[in-house]
Amino acid sequence: MASTIRVRATNNGDITEVQALIQHPMDSGFVKDSKGEIIPAHFIRQLTFEYDGKPVFLADWGGGISKDPYVKFAFKGGKKGDELKVSWVDNKGATDSTTAKIG
Amino acid sequence: MTITDNKFSRRVILQGAGAVALVGLGTTAFGWPAFAAANDKYPAEAFKQKSDADAIKALYGKSTEASDKIKLDAPEIAENGAVVPVSVTTTLADVTSISFLVSANPIALVASYKIPAGTVPSVANRIKMAQTSKVTVVVEAGGKLFRADKEVKVTVGGCGG
Repeated sequence: MASTIRVRATNNGDITEVQALIQHPMDSGFVKDSKGEIIPAHFIRQLTFEYDGKPVFLADWGGGISKDPYVKFAFKGGKKGDELKVSWVDNKGATDSTTAKIG
Repeated sequence: MTITDNKFSRRVILQGAGAVALVGLGTTAFGWPAFAAANDKYPAEAFKQKSDADAIKALYGKSTEASDKIKLDAPEIAENGAVVPVSVTTTLADVTSISFLVSANPIALVASYKIPAGTVPSVANRIKMAQTSKVTVVVEAGGKLFRADKEVKVTVGGCGG
């Protein structure tokens, strides 16, 4: 199955800029469906980016993050061709991870 | 005189011991090798709070002060509350965490990001807003809490049924 995570990491010398887009419903548990029944909460709780064995960015999320979440950040260092590891875990215990080459 | 001196020195020693113990705890909880493990601790309590003040208290246990060194970028009017692009950059030094809160949402805390040393204190993400509300960003820098707020008008809510 294709990964739920799409990452683009670009090094521009000193800084590596990272953009990630994840496929996830991010149901907050407050929204009702067309029958008026509450859609149970289902959202990513933690998202981690690791480079060179160290975390460079850690996200704790609630249901207030939009569906198919997008996040952008940057860190100092990072070499072209090196790998950036991305993983998430949601409130139901589901996980996914991927690695992206820094371009 | 000697008695008070004794008492005083004893207190100093005790305080010193307390400080050492605290530093010890700090390194195990936030030290570099344990960073990934620290992230496993999801701040569940903070994500249950309805008000932004309670969420900040649960998350940091400290009060915030307004700072003009935080640039919070959010639209004046969001046509779709389900997807509101919000980003923040700051010139504050030693930033360790950045959190986003929407005071009128059923759960105020939206996201909390840990910023390890070497990561640029700048984050962009997309958040949901149930209705027109104040959007708050809290930046933890050098052990202190700073905040910036912006009112965002929402024409179609993103959390209602």
